[in-house]
Amino acid sequence: MLIAVIVALAVGTYGFRVAGVLLRDRLDLPEWARQLLPVGAAALLAALAATAALTEVGRFAGWARPAGVLVGVLLAWRRAPFVLVVIAAAGTAALLRLLSVP
Amino acid sequence: MLRDVAAIGAAMLAVGASFGAMAVAAGLPGWAAVAMSMLVYAGGAQFMAVGLVAAGSPVAAVLAGLLLNARHLPFGLTLGDTIGRRLRHRLIGSHLMTDEATAFTLGRPAGAARRRAFWLAGILLFLAWNAGTVLGVLAGGVAGDPAALGLDAAFPAGLIALLLPTLRDRETRRVALAGAVVAVLTTPLLPAGLPVLLALAGPALLAVRQLRRRAPVADPAAGSPVTAEAAATGEAGASEARVTSEARVTSEARVTGEARVAGEAPVPVPADIAPADIAPADMVPAGRKEESC
Repeated sequence: MLIAVIVALAVGTYGFRVAGVLLRDRLDLPEWARQLLPVGAAALLAALAATAALTEVGRFAGWARPAGVLVGVLLAWRRAPFVLVVIAAAGTAALLRLLSVP
Repeated sequence: MLRDVAAIGAAMLAVGASFGAMAVAAGLPGWAAVAMSMLVYAGGAQFMAVGLVAAGSPVAAVLAGLLLNARHLPFGLTLGDTIGRRLRHRLIGSHLMTDEATAFTLGRPAGAARRRAFWLAGILLFLAWNAGTVLGVLAGGVAGDPAALGLDAAFPAGLIALLLPTLRDRETRRVALAGAVVAVLTTPLLPAGLPVLLALAGPALLAVRQLRRRAPVADPAAGSPVTAEAAATGEAGASEARVTSEARVTSEARVTGEARVAGEAPVPVPADIAPADIAPADMVPAGRKEESC
């Protein structure tokens, strides 16, 4: 049963990935549609980042995580190195939790 | 570039380790956790699947995981040109395409640099995630709670940092912000995965507006043959064909220029999708020029 779950997930996930990549060649997209694709991908990633920053299993994730993300984003906006962005975000959240902020 | 990938890689190593540890703690055999990381290679879906399998609902694990991963199809459409021309590269590259690798790649200027970024991020992140999983399985409970280390905040922050260059474009920024708001607001109401996909509503509306704007202009060209395939794929296909023929009329000069570029080595066009009256240059897929860089 476990093997079936893993295989089904693996095949399905790879199917989504490879379908997009291979379809790209088959579709003769007009210029405006080609320009729209990265916009769509950016919208998906932004939605993913926002839900990951604010929610956990459909509920508010607590304050520590969004606070950490906010610190990271502010640093990134001020053009801090990427390493610093990641460490500061994680550090802020970890520190707040240490101070028993949920 | 390498330093940025290394930073995401380190975070993925740690989250991979917590996945391995959590899977073992949930009662999964170690090989299952490693197999998932190798074969499924999608963090969110893996965590969710382990939780649902442990809760005794394997079918839900598959369905929820696939719903969560449907976003990879549009990622593939976007990155298809970047990954490479050869089938082998495309088949392998598809498996390496994650959220982080996509965000990292989108932030680079098109061309050879973007392709290098994709493969560098793709390969290193795959190695980091799998090494992390193995470590987590071996360490068991020691790898512990990713929340205590704040790793749950590191990922969204990293993703947004990677996206920032793309968001400098005003339209992209608006659409992305709208998508983020819609996804967050609908998260309490919808099953996981769907809210994120709803972010595509914005780009979809833009597409519809473009089609509407172009359709009346293209009508005089309606006499041009609609291919069998366009007819078969219905309305969307037909309007696409119309738009293509219109673009051909308005950009004859550009197409001729492209033809000269591609003239040396004409790209083979599958006969079944080539409208008879459209020059082969029209069918050169996007990014061919970029790929020859």
